[in-house]
Amino acid sequence: MKEGIQQAQLGLGKPGAGAAKSEPRARMRLAASGRLLLAGFNRACMLLLVLVFAMPFAWMISTSFKTLPETMIFPPVWIPRNLIWENYTAAWNTGPFLRYAANSIVIAVGILLLQMLTIIPAAYAFARYRFAGSRLLFGIVMVTLMIPAQLIFLPVYLELSAFNLLNTHLGLILPFASSAFGIFLLRQAFMQIPDELIEAARLDLASEGRIILRLMLPMVKPVLVTFALFSFIAHWNDYFWPLVMTTNETARTLPLAIAKIREVEGVATWNVLMAGNLILVAPILAVFIASQRHIIQAFVYNGVK
Amino acid sequence: MTTAWDKLRPYGMVAPAILVFSLFFIYPIFYMIYLSLFDWNFVSPDKAFVGLANFRELLADEDFRKVLGNTSLYTALVVSLTTGISLLLALWLNRSGWFHGFVQGAIFTPHIISLVSISLLWSWLMDPEYGLLNGILGWAGIGGLPWLSHPDTALLSLVLVAVWKGIGYNALVFIAGLQSIPADIYEAASLDRSRPLTTFRRLTLPMLSPTIFFLVVINMIGSFQVFETIAIMTGGGPVNATNTLVYYIYEYGFRFFKIGYASAAGVILLLIVGVLTLLYFRLLSAKVHYR
Repeated sequence: MKEGIQQAQLGLGKPGAGAAKSEPRARMRLAASGRLLLAGFNRACMLLLVLVFAMPFAWMISTSFKTLPETMIFPPVWIPRNLIWENYTAAWNTGPFLRYAANSIVIAVGILLLQMLTIIPAAYAFARYRFAGSRLLFGIVMVTLMIPAQLIFLPVYLELSAFNLLNTHLGLILPFASSAFGIFLLRQAFMQIPDELIEAARLDLASEGRIILRLMLPMVKPVLVTFALFSFIAHWNDYFWPLVMTTNETARTLPLAIAKIREVEGVATWNVLMAGNLILVAPILAVFIASQRHIIQAFVYNGVK
Repeated sequence: MTTAWDKLRPYGMVAPAILVFSLFFIYPIFYMIYLSLFDWNFVSPDKAFVGLANFRELLADEDFRKVLGNTSLYTALVVSLTTGISLLLALWLNRSGWFHGFVQGAIFTPHIISLVSISLLWSWLMDPEYGLLNGILGWAGIGGLPWLSHPDTALLSLVLVAVWKGIGYNALVFIAGLQSIPADIYEAASLDRSRPLTTFRRLTLPMLSPTIFFLVVINMIGSFQVFETIAIMTGGGPVNATNTLVYYIYEYGFRFFKIGYASAAGVILLLIVGVLTLLYFRLLSAKVHYR
């Protein structure tokens, strides 16, 4: 509201203001309230937009508390007569959910740790050293960055099966043990650190290892945090790779488990499905609400630079 | 004083990452090209060399042509709608303050939600009998739609889901792009009494062109490899109306075990994505010189 008023007042200072002097005050007030009305209308439209994105999630929550007959009422109802929790236990009992959850965590965290170990030294070397063949090696990184991994799942599957890595955590972790995107981002960050700082540290007879760990890493921490968020969310959500690289339950993750509810409970048991869905979505949604700014930055601003 | 160790250090530092990329990326590309020349069912010990027969068979296959057509149509619709709508949203929502921040956060949310969740949720919303969408359409006095259950509407329904999921992210990237345009250019334009539409066409749009290129390309590459929504929502049906390239490769590889044939389809997809990426960098270096 305040903004609307300020805008209206600012508006009077614009080209029309000279003419406004001769006009009666009532008319000015009318223009101001018109602007206010417009600002209010604008915000109402924005709330409508929010509704388009919030309604499906609200519908998911509503459905997850309904009985099966209640999901088959047309036109649909929003508030179930009795809130029932049975759908959540039913979803949980369609398979070893603790195992799925543990698999999801082990795989997403394992990938993240290995990525950190491989991308930090590589990004540092590409940013700070000149060495023969660096252009060719960085070319490999760029090719990996540009061509999506989903295109080559078939040969990777055959490769993992040759190594006996299908249905193992390692098999789901190793192909993502490094990240071209991460190297690219981090290299950029390392390059922005002024040379004088490193020269000064070298004069203090600090070893290269100490310079990287004590001086450089703290300076690129924000980039590391945003990359970590990005990587964790991407692999927590992933459905394609665990689907393709597993044939039994040993290493399967939560997204697969949720999709499987349909096979166990039947196609139209939407109440149980939405309950399972909420189990998968809730942690990510909670993390998002808690650190919205960081996450948006991780996904958006890194993509632009 | 440089020692031998100093010379070797950079190689040691990039080695782990390069090893991962070579093993799980570069080598598989060549392996896939190699496999595309063979007839192999994954189980039998020997592969039969067939030359380009897989490619010939692919291009003659009615289904594959349908799949290529579906994928292209899907990509064209998703890319144009997502980019267009999100640009408009960005222009509308580009302001700071808690309210605009809240709206931006809300439309961004689907981007971080698993495609499994989104696919299941929208399958339910689009349920022809009891779904909320037909409930709303009925309430508005319009008849319900068959959504995913009819060949004419199934692909468009998938496009709708992709656009819903994508526009928030795209709009926020556009907003970041808008905010990086220096304000003094706009001041100059307003001193020249430039009309808003002219300012947009002559100033905003050219300044945004790197962002537009970036988004068009990543949306294109993403759409060309669409899989999750199809696997969960339609299974490629009804009557192949939503069958797309990655799903086709998946079915031929993992259901029919025609490894060579599936690899050939993979090589074609690789070519398409490769050409698109190359085109992107060509256009980028040729056109985007505003700074």
